Amino acid sequence: MAKPPLPIEKLIELYGPSLNYEPLGGWEDESRNPAEKLVKTHCCFCGQQCGIQLKVRDNKVIGFEPWEDFPFNEGMLCPKGVKRYMQNNHPDRLPGPLMRTDSGFKQVTWDAALSQTVARIEEIQKKYGKDSVAVYGGASLTTEKAYLVGKFARVALGTRHVDYNGRLCMVSAGTAYKLAFGVDRSPNPWEDIPSADVLMIAGSNTAECSPITTDYVWRMKDNGGKLIIVDPRMTPISRNTDLYLPVRPGTDVILYMSILNVILREGLHKQEFIDAHTLGFAEVADSVKQYTPEMAAEITGVPPEAIEKAARWLGEAKNAMILHARGVEHQSKGVENCSALINICLATGNFGRKGAGCMMITGQGNGQGGREHGQKCDQLPGQRSIDDEEGRKHVASVWKVEPEEIPRAGYSAMEIMDALHKGEIKALVSICFNPIVSLPHLQFTKEALEKAEFVCIIDPFMSETAHYADIVLAGSLQEEDEGVVANVEGRVLHIQKCITPPDDARVDWEIFCDLAKRLGNAERFSYTSSREIFDELREASRGGIADYYGITYEKIDKQMGVFWPCPSLDHPGTPRLFENAKFLHKDGKARFLLTPYRESGDPVNNEYPIYLTTGRVVSQYLSGTQTRRIGALVDMYPEPRLEIHPRLAQQYGIADGDWVAVKTRRSVATFRAMVVKTIRPDTVFVPYHWPGDKSINQLTHRTIDPRSKIPEYKVSACQIVKSEAAPSWAVANKGDN
Amino acid sequence: MTEYGFFIDPSRCIGCKACENACSECETHRGYPMIQVDFLDRTNSIATVPTVCMHCDNPTCAQVCPADAIKKTEDGVVQSSLKPRCVSCSNCVLGCPFGVPKMMSRLDQMMKCDMCYDRTSVGKRPMCATVCPSQALAFVPIEQITRERKLKPTNVFQFGNQTVTTKVFMMVPEDTDEISIDVVDYIWEKGESNDTQRI
Repeated sequence: MAKPPLPIEKLIELYGPSLNYEPLGGWEDESRNPAEKLVKTHCCFCGQQCGIQLKVRDNKVIGFEPWEDFPFNEGMLCPKGVKRYMQNNHPDRLPGPLMRTDSGFKQVTWDAALSQTVARIEEIQKKYGKDSVAVYGGASLTTEKAYLVGKFARVALGTRHVDYNGRLCMVSAGTAYKLAFGVDRSPNPWEDIPSADVLMIAGSNTAECSPITTDYVWRMKDNGGKLIIVDPRMTPISRNTDLYLPVRPGTDVILYMSILNVILREGLHKQEFIDAHTLGFAEVADSVKQYTPEMAAEITGVPPEAIEKAARWLGEAKNAMILHARGVEHQSKGVENCSALINICLATGNFGRKGAGCMMITGQGNGQGGREHGQKCDQLPGQRSIDDEEGRKHVASVWKVEPEEIPRAGYSAMEIMDALHKGEIKALVSICFNPIVSLPHLQFTKEALEKAEFVCIIDPFMSETAHYADIVLAGSLQEEDEGVVANVEGRVLHIQKCITPPDDARVDWEIFCDLAKRLGNAERFSYTSSREIFDELREASRGGIADYYGITYEKIDKQMGVFWPCPSLDHPGTPRLFENAKFLHKDGKARFLLTPYRESGDPVNNEYPIYLTTGRVVSQYLSGTQTRRIGALVDMYPEPRLEIHPRLAQQYGIADGDWVAVKTRRSVATFRAMVVKTIRPDTVFVPYHWPGDKSINQLTHRTIDPRSKIPEYKVSACQIVKSEAAPSWAVANKGDN
Repeated sequence: MTEYGFFIDPSRCIGCKACENACSECETHRGYPMIQVDFLDRTNSIATVPTVCMHCDNPTCAQVCPADAIKKTEDGVVQSSLKPRCVSCSNCVLGCPFGVPKMMSRLDQMMKCDMCYDRTSVGKRPMCATVCPSQALAFVPIEQITRERKLKPTNVFQFGNQTVTTKVFMMVPEDTDEISIDVVDYIWEKGESNDTQRI
């Protein structure tokens, strides 16, 4: 039974998060000395992958310097990028592998930790079968590591259950794009954004979650373009919007069908484009007929006039573009929401040129590259379906196994947790994933982890999930290994190894190789460098959709990134997809897809009358394993707050700063109110970066989109009541803040 | 040589504080930012504004300094107080019409933005304007900003009877109608007139 060996407070005392405020040696001493070298690499936080230079001396990262020549961000950074180097030389860093004992974790040798891990896995697999062990990967890993996670699970462990935390991020968009276009990638490079005449941003807190994209949007405005924002909240990107559509949580798809309704009614669609380059238009046109702006207004809470205006702007624009993110994707109809946006762009012929396209904003550091090469439960390298027989043969030949030895599709991340809870899966090997913070319904996740017979976590820091581990293997930070990532544009970038891991921590891929060797798979995991893994990955992806064969580290450095697909060594890469309306399905055509409305999995009713929605703040990254340890970032927004409109607050007698108990069908949690007019009065918002009693995921529900398997973080039903008492965590902090 | 200017456009600011965090990395005031970002009125709006030294042509801070401790460089950068002269009286803090100088009790000295003299003097851009992800703070050639931006730069400010001209430019909007900032004004509710829909 995997239970924390000590009270959580004790574990926090021992392993953090503690706050690092100063560079190595303090502001006034050691850190003033000049750097030995400036290493051109990329930020580890978020899918923008801004270029940054890290200052290195004596095998330590001691600061940063903007990288102004890198074309994507030209030196721009958000506060996470500026302070990212404070994760280095951090007192919380795990110095070596740990093993759980009755009295806590104790540091052991690598030999002991790896032997024990392999012994337990073999014992469990012998007793319950290969599929009783699951593997979790993460989309902040380099592509080499992500590739290795998939290969390790399928070849070394022989389990079909491998999935990753991108399941909580990009899968709704990925599924919709694959269905519509035959490829899962934003079709345009970011430099196309300022050329849009109309840009609609749907469900994206762009300025906080992908900050440097803001400048691209403002440039679009300066060029005379119009901005439309769809969001139940006014986030910073809405401050210069021309049209604001305050959609009611969970009703997005009706808004988009209504916009298409008006476009078709007014004859603003491009029939010639539709006839020549798409399939399925008639059915979709028929399906949106019922969604008049008046009817849509009733459901979505967006005025009919605003819907008409958005439709006219999008329909009449020479070049229109849509950007979308988790707001529409974190829903039990996340795929439908994305498809409905794609339908608008297809109907208006907005693809394949500057300023025109439907684009997803990938969230995690390697959110794009991390999902292309085989750590998704249903895909093999090159973005191939795991059921593509030709693809299986090709990948099997690269992996030196028989095609039938590659397991078929396994469970998604949420389903793996379900199976742990049911006892069907008995053991978990997890890297770069913090499910106890990031998955919905914390109590369920906790129970599932507690039921596991064996949990092995690989991470540079003791994450809250690692509290449940039998073995914690001290892994590496991004700057401690070489590799590639693909940014939000599908631009493959080169991550440089700036330093080696401290103490007895190790580079992640070496840990996987050592485990594989001990599992009897030495010859298939005999890499001596990241480059060797990359070269194998290039070969494995060859001929696939995400074809990396023509990409080399040297080419990336020379071109400042290479956009995939890049099928041959003399190929320059593909910055813009779908030029000349050539889509990537075999027939070259795009698909319109039906987007029927369904109610949320956690519907608002008289008992739970208020919508609860969740998201991020600019100063934190995902589950906070890294950013909750950086003092300057924590100080910017130390604790989760409940955003509530004054009208709703008044109804419940709540004033700014009051404690509010929020109850859903799962649980109750208390947060401090932040009374703001920048949210719908039927909706409250709490960001999700915190663990335990501060976690909003105590309250969220486990409904998933049936196709993408993404959880519905953006729509829960809740009740609220003013709380007379502060929650225990606030009392423990002695803080009013 | 191309003439670079420092431009502030509060309407672009997203409140992320990349500038504050980057400023605190400076060699001359390590750990302490000389710039600040504030919400104007968080209850009513997400609008934020960065405050940076405007580097006045005839700096009020220097005018009111009884110790003559605040100097301007030849290229128009107003510097922190000279440590040997500064008497920590805070006249400059009170006198500045833009609210910029800070009395650093730790150092017993007034500190303020010096436009990253260590960087600009070797051809680099100031740190805040380099990292600013919304380019609300921009350090670019003057002809570039007038070509690319809709808003216009100005460096003339009227404070009562005092006219202040500055090295740093503020981007100002063309005539703008009132912008509503309450979500309720944009929501459709049955039975209500939508006359209030403003955009």
